[in-house]
Amino acid sequence: MSSAQILTVEHLTMRFGGLTAVGDLSFVARQREITALIGPNGAGKTTLFNCITGFYKPTVGRLRLAHPDGASFLLERLPGFRIAREARVARTFQNVRLFAGMTLLENLLVAQHNTLMLASGFTVLGLVGSRAYARAEAAAIDKARYWLDRVGLAARADDAAGALPYGAQRRLEIARAMCTDPVLLCLDEPAAGLNGRESAELNEFLRAIREEHGTSILLIEHDMGVVMEISDHIVVLDYGVKIADGAPNEVRNDAKVIAAYLGVADEDVESVGAEVGL
Amino acid sequence: MSESAPLPRENEPAEKRLDVLAAVREAAIAALVAFGLFVLLIGVRTDQGPTGALVFTTRFGLLAEIVAAVFVGRLLRALTWREATFSIGRLVPASFKAAASGIAVYAAAAFVAFSFLVPIIFYTNRYALNLAILIATYTMLGFGLNIVVGLAGLLDLGYVAFYAVGAYSYALIAQNFGLSFWICLPLAGILAAFAGLLLGFPVLRLRGDYLAIVTLGFGEIVRLILLNWQDFTGGPNGVSAPHPTFFGLPFTDADHGFAATFGLTYAPAHRAVFLYYLILALALITNWVTLRLRRLPIGRAWEALREDEIACRALGINTTTTKLTAFSMGAMFGGFAGAFFAMRQGFISPESFTFGESAFVLAIVVLGGMGSQLGAAVAATVMLGGFELFREFEQYRMLVFGAAMVAIVIYRPRGLVSTRTPSVFLHERKAVPAAIVQDARTESST
Repeated sequence: MSSAQILTVEHLTMRFGGLTAVGDLSFVARQREITALIGPNGAGKTTLFNCITGFYKPTVGRLRLAHPDGASFLLERLPGFRIAREARVARTFQNVRLFAGMTLLENLLVAQHNTLMLASGFTVLGLVGSRAYARAEAAAIDKARYWLDRVGLAARADDAAGALPYGAQRRLEIARAMCTDPVLLCLDEPAAGLNGRESAELNEFLRAIREEHGTSILLIEHDMGVVMEISDHIVVLDYGVKIADGAPNEVRNDAKVIAAYLGVADEDVESVGAEVGL
Repeated sequence: MSESAPLPRENEPAEKRLDVLAAVREAAIAALVAFGLFVLLIGVRTDQGPTGALVFTTRFGLLAEIVAAVFVGRLLRALTWREATFSIGRLVPASFKAAASGIAVYAAAAFVAFSFLVPIIFYTNRYALNLAILIATYTMLGFGLNIVVGLAGLLDLGYVAFYAVGAYSYALIAQNFGLSFWICLPLAGILAAFAGLLLGFPVLRLRGDYLAIVTLGFGEIVRLILLNWQDFTGGPNGVSAPHPTFFGLPFTDADHGFAATFGLTYAPAHRAVFLYYLILALALITNWVTLRLRRLPIGRAWEALREDEIACRALGINTTTTKLTAFSMGAMFGGFAGAFFAMRQGFISPESFTFGESAFVLAIVVLGGMGSQLGAAVAATVMLGGFELFREFEQYRMLVFGAAMVAIVIYRPRGLVSTRTPSVFLHERKAVPAAIVQDARTESST
């Protein structure tokens, strides 16, 4: 429970004009843990993801990422692509963003762009057909094949990603993110649109990723079955503010969380309101 | 539409009547549109009268005939030719379609083989040889633009600017410093690539239509600079560029000329043959490099950029450098083609680098199928060849050209080669249908 921190969010605030999407949010995600971010729609979960992965620059606050080997990065200071390349934070998107016209294999090779780019001597060595690049490409294809096997899509490796059914596209997106060798994997609603069997498989897969690859996972999810079952730690947001933070059992019984999700009975409005601080 | 087919047919007569009514209405609307279009174009005309003054004549009879023709034609089409019942695609048997996809590989080889034989077949036909040189030049431009538009998905309407930079680089460097073509060629490419970078920086954040407008402006800016910077570029008077030589041997009747040195009888065709093989080699090198780049990480990053820029960033791809390399790589090949153009013409002026050229090269890329090299080569041949073929019809030439473009947009909206070939495969190479592939015209939302 008390492993080292991987991501420390301190006083993160993100404002869009007059709207405060995330307000003074602080929490810690630990290494080799699955941290879930939950909250009603519009609570600022995806905004937080966009801050972590560099798509937004936070208005205030600090995002510190610590690698297991001791290297540390201030994510709010890095441009988006360097967060993925150097800080090794990978993400998936709420509405799947695959390279639809490219094959599954190509999708996973694009994910290994930086490794391959270096091996191809920034294109020069690759253009003259160097052996080193051929080896690097073969290794990249092996890695892609490994991940395609893991998500059960190896047979469709040469099909266009856009031709896959929705559940498979979601799995492919996770495989693509894993091809970047992330230290922290951010998943934005990975179980959305999956049926019961598929989301059970997803649970297994995420656990396996953590066990076998030591990847820490940050997860946005609305499917409480998934959240309660696999997460070690849950952070609950409502209107951009953290209302609860703790182990699944604590969060499940938290009055504020229940109020945020289910509302409260008329007679309890006063007392709960006072407790929440309204 | 198709779901309603198995419904009970009891009210069929009523439906039929409705169809006729709908067809009449459709025809009436078409006739109205035709009337609106032609009332001033055909109905009214001005002629020069006997005194030299303008005379106003009307041709309402002809106008009525045309409108009536449109009405009847549209009515017949609406009654007989529905999308569900008729399509050109159905006329082609499935077996032929299957064979055609296999043929593509051989078609490319045959195309290259034929292109090597052109000077031998047309040795005495100066006109055909010049046309072949022109086709090869535009094919090369098509290949270059294909990198920017087809692979990286950046709609560039100002590609002619790089062609111009290459051409002027060659002409000015060769003229002022007396350097040979082989030294000027890489310099022209480098300068054009630099121009590509210059264009690339301000448009990094733009996509789709917005990018198209800015690149269009860039093309015009370059042309206007060439036109107005009199001291440097010669302005509208242009610059003359040195004539081609065979590695220093001029193509003349002189004692030190090409023919005399190799013991041949002097013929003006030598020069055309040399130019043809030169541009063919340049085009093939461009093709080879592009095909090679597609299989390298940079090429895949270009295509990934076309498919989804945001996902690229999330995977750690530096989209800035990726875009800039696409722009400068495409521009470099445009610059090479420009240098060749200047040498062949012997004289260049801003008139050769109008927007029309950009549009023509873009038409080659779009017609050929975005990202397809064979498609670009075929499109360049068909368009330039077709243009020459219909030269005798003079005023109907543009009409035929326009009709051909409309036909292609209707029947092959994704170009002649409308599938994407994957750059790498695990089990077997399967073409990706164009409907899934993003192109420069579709804008990915952020």
